Amino acid sequence: MTATTAASAAYIVAGLLFVLALAGLSKHETAKAGNGFGIAGMAIALAATIGLATRSISALGITLLVAAMVVGAAIGLWRARRVEMTGMPELIAVLHSFVGLAAVLVGWNGYLSVEAQADQAEVPGNLLGIHSGEVVIGVFIGAVTFTGSIVAFLKLSGRIKSNPLMLPAHNALNLGALVAFAVLTVFFVIDPNLGLLIAVTALALALGWHLVASIGGGDMPVVVSMLNSYSGWAAAASGFLLGNDLLIITGALVGSSGAYLSYIMCTAMNRSFISVIAGGFGNEGSAGGDDRDYGEHTEISAADTAELLRDASSVIITPGYGMAVAQAQGAVAELTRKLREKDVDVRFGIHPVAGRLPGHMNVLLAEAKVPYDIVLEMDEINDDFAETDVVLVIGANDTVNPAATEDPSSPIAGMPVLKVWEAERVVVFKRSMNTGYAGVQNPLFFRDNSRMLFGDARERVEDILREL
Amino acid sequence: MRIGVPRETKPRETRVAATPATVIKLVALGYEVVVESGAGEASSFPDEAYAEAGATVTGPADEAWQADVVLRVNAPSDQELARLRDGATLIGLLSPALNPDLVDKLAARPITALAMDAVPRISRAQSMDVLSSMANIAGYRAVIEAAHTFGRFFTGQVTAAGKVPPAKVLVVGAGVAGLAAIGAASSLGAIVRATDVRPEVAEQVRSLGGEYVAVPAGEQEVSSDGYAREMGEDFNRRAAIMYAEQVPDADIVVTTALIPGRPAPRLITEEMVAAMKPGSVIVDMAAGMGGNVAGSVADELVVTPGGVSIIGYTDLAGRLPAQASQLYGQNLVSLLTLLTPEKDGRLVLDLEDVVQRGITVVRDGEKTWPPPPVQVSAAPAPAAAAKVEPPAKKAPPPPSRRFALVGVGAALLFLLAAFSPNALIGHFTVFALAVVVGFYVIGHVHHALHTPLMSVTNAISGIIVVGALVQTGHHEAVVTVLATVAILLASINVFGGFAVTRRMLGMFTR
Repeated sequence: MTATTAASAAYIVAGLLFVLALAGLSKHETAKAGNGFGIAGMAIALAATIGLATRSISALGITLLVAAMVVGAAIGLWRARRVEMTGMPELIAVLHSFVGLAAVLVGWNGYLSVEAQADQAEVPGNLLGIHSGEVVIGVFIGAVTFTGSIVAFLKLSGRIKSNPLMLPAHNALNLGALVAFAVLTVFFVIDPNLGLLIAVTALALALGWHLVASIGGGDMPVVVSMLNSYSGWAAAASGFLLGNDLLIITGALVGSSGAYLSYIMCTAMNRSFISVIAGGFGNEGSAGGDDRDYGEHTEISAADTAELLRDASSVIITPGYGMAVAQAQGAVAELTRKLREKDVDVRFGIHPVAGRLPGHMNVLLAEAKVPYDIVLEMDEINDDFAETDVVLVIGANDTVNPAATEDPSSPIAGMPVLKVWEAERVVVFKRSMNTGYAGVQNPLFFRDNSRMLFGDARERVEDILREL
Repeated sequence: MRIGVPRETKPRETRVAATPATVIKLVALGYEVVVESGAGEASSFPDEAYAEAGATVTGPADEAWQADVVLRVNAPSDQELARLRDGATLIGLLSPALNPDLVDKLAARPITALAMDAVPRISRAQSMDVLSSMANIAGYRAVIEAAHTFGRFFTGQVTAAGKVPPAKVLVVGAGVAGLAAIGAASSLGAIVRATDVRPEVAEQVRSLGGEYVAVPAGEQEVSSDGYAREMGEDFNRRAAIMYAEQVPDADIVVTTALIPGRPAPRLITEEMVAAMKPGSVIVDMAAGMGGNVAGSVADELVVTPGGVSIIGYTDLAGRLPAQASQLYGQNLVSLLTLLTPEKDGRLVLDLEDVVQRGITVVRDGEKTWPPPPVQVSAAPAPAAAAKVEPPAKKAPPPPSRRFALVGVGAALLFLLAAFSPNALIGHFTVFALAVVVGFYVIGHVHHALHTPLMSVTNAISGIIVVGALVQTGHHEAVVTVLATVAILLASINVFGGFAVTRRMLGMFTR
């Protein structure tokens, strides 16, 4: 056994541990173990790589390496400890951008240490072309991930408007960028030079920015999950570049699982996968104010809502992004506890795209200690609304819009939604009568069995708690 | 514009078209409101209350009739019609389908007449649906009237003086009135059964505590306008058998079967009534339209020789005058809100709108009745069938296409691999297999774990740190610096990703 074979063996073990980690994460019972496998895999991979590296690099190199890792670890752990669960989407988006940037740097290094050296001996001449191709591809994917994630982060944290940016012919722009990329790749393979690499990087940065900027806030769950996938592909591309199977395995795992997850989300929204990732969906909805008359909405007070809940025997709560914004999950959990003590059957109905991140609502409710076996997904609960006394819609809008099933001309037509309107009574917590992210008016608010409870979701839920 | 609310003159009418509460809303819409003195008296709304709400209370003079918009409960008499000024708008329960004479008389004047009872049954118009709001009250009152006449408790009790059996109530027709009756009777403690020709109401019946009795199987009837239709011969025969079984068993029967614009169907025959126990009560809510029950007389309580009381009151809603006026007044407010888009007290009639078109009987002296039919979504089955081909579900591609796609993909992959140098082939193999594994391994991920899954994959994609590690120590200083930066960034990911996943998973408790 040499050091090199030992490292390769460690890589295989690490790769398998990563597979186990992903598999473990698909069930509650095994999720913690899955995370453990992931940590173990990463530890083994890092130990093997560092062990291998120490044999060839200087003391200064080791010091730098260890220092960088320690600083990185400190920042990472600090952010992880401090982040609010409502801020999860932003954190994940910004972490993706790091992977993207790291992939860009690795790609650049690949160029600087091989093609840029006149007397390089690392790559045999006949494979140099392939190496150059891998550099460009790695840099390209990394850069798209980087700027895409940055824009997603800015949108999610509200630092820039989440409205889709609509440049004329944005599809043509995207396609043009891809074609330009292909052309540049060919040139770079024939004659690698710094100028071309800079051009590719700049092109990819611009493409990444434009791709995500032209996607509206409502599609952010898909975007974050897509970026997750991109960051995997970026790692895989680096793996090809460095001839490192561990990177390839891991990158491909993350890339394909992320893509599949995004696909699941798109199906849940009845969107075409292509149109979401190509950007610019949902703009039909914002075009032109909807001047249809939906009738009148009826308001309700917190006291009356408490009255309704007290008399109810079954309650379903359907939270949305508004609950996250108002930080109402704690109050909602408290309400759930109180009602359950009174033998009211309380359950949660979670739309697959509620929030700004896949599973966002589940994390918030888990944080607030809502038992997860009463948190059900749309398909599990959708048939039960008809037998439910009271539905509390807390900060959700498009995901409970009856127009999706009833109005074929609606921009969200065909999107599966929670059928809250079938319940005996629906109480909608909302800040105002504004439309949701899709910019579509919600006829639910004007239904006879709907009542509007205006104001900050958390304050209103707390009011109800007091009344109870 | 000025809204006038005259007194109702029809005998026994207790309702009024505006209450102090609705006057406030009318004023908020920009209207000036004139109420004839004593208009709300029968509904227990004194003149002072109207004045306080912002209305002008006038004597019995013509002022209320001379307003630009006249709100009424009942259709006007000929004299009253004459008092309307030219160009006025009259809104009330005009029953245009039953009173063609009235429609002609209205059209003889240069006025606009809107029939509140012609509001189409679409979701948007529910807030103006007078028939629903009145039927709701009437259904409740029917049970109260029955309870009043019935000589026993509704609820079963075990008392020191012996056991009391619960009353059995049969509700025929589970429309709004029927459902209200079911709810009222079951909350009084009776055993409630209900029947309706539309099987889709079974669920609604159960939701109010009733038991649904279906007409034995046959063709299923679903109406497209939300109302019941006249039934086929065979169906009626089977229904009659069912009624013959159910009616004698019941202590109280409430019939609500109405078909718009037609005489009410005769459902309960003399034999059935005769088979009922003495002391039983029948409330025929359709008595005004000919009656569902043999022997019922409109506006009268008839006691059969067998001791069965048949109540034929037609003013059931009016027997709860304050409630009926309030709901009717609110229906009118909803309509006027629709008709006053600018909230500036100017009434604008838009005949393009199905609701406004549906209720317009006469417009500026021109007869516009009957309106074109409106299809509504009240009936689930045909609506679903008629739905525009759902853009929702794409059929899965035919197998041949799938094979072709897979074939093309395989060929491309083959070419790509075949022409790549040996060194790459191994990597390709690993790559392809890992892609497939990644795809399958999360195939059944629990929806609640999407976020932790993403943060763990994010941590794992920090594996790129390995790539950067390999590159450090290169003799080019730039390379080492860039690699160090990459290590730093990727480490944030690795450690942050795992730590945050751990934190999240720690929160999930059963």
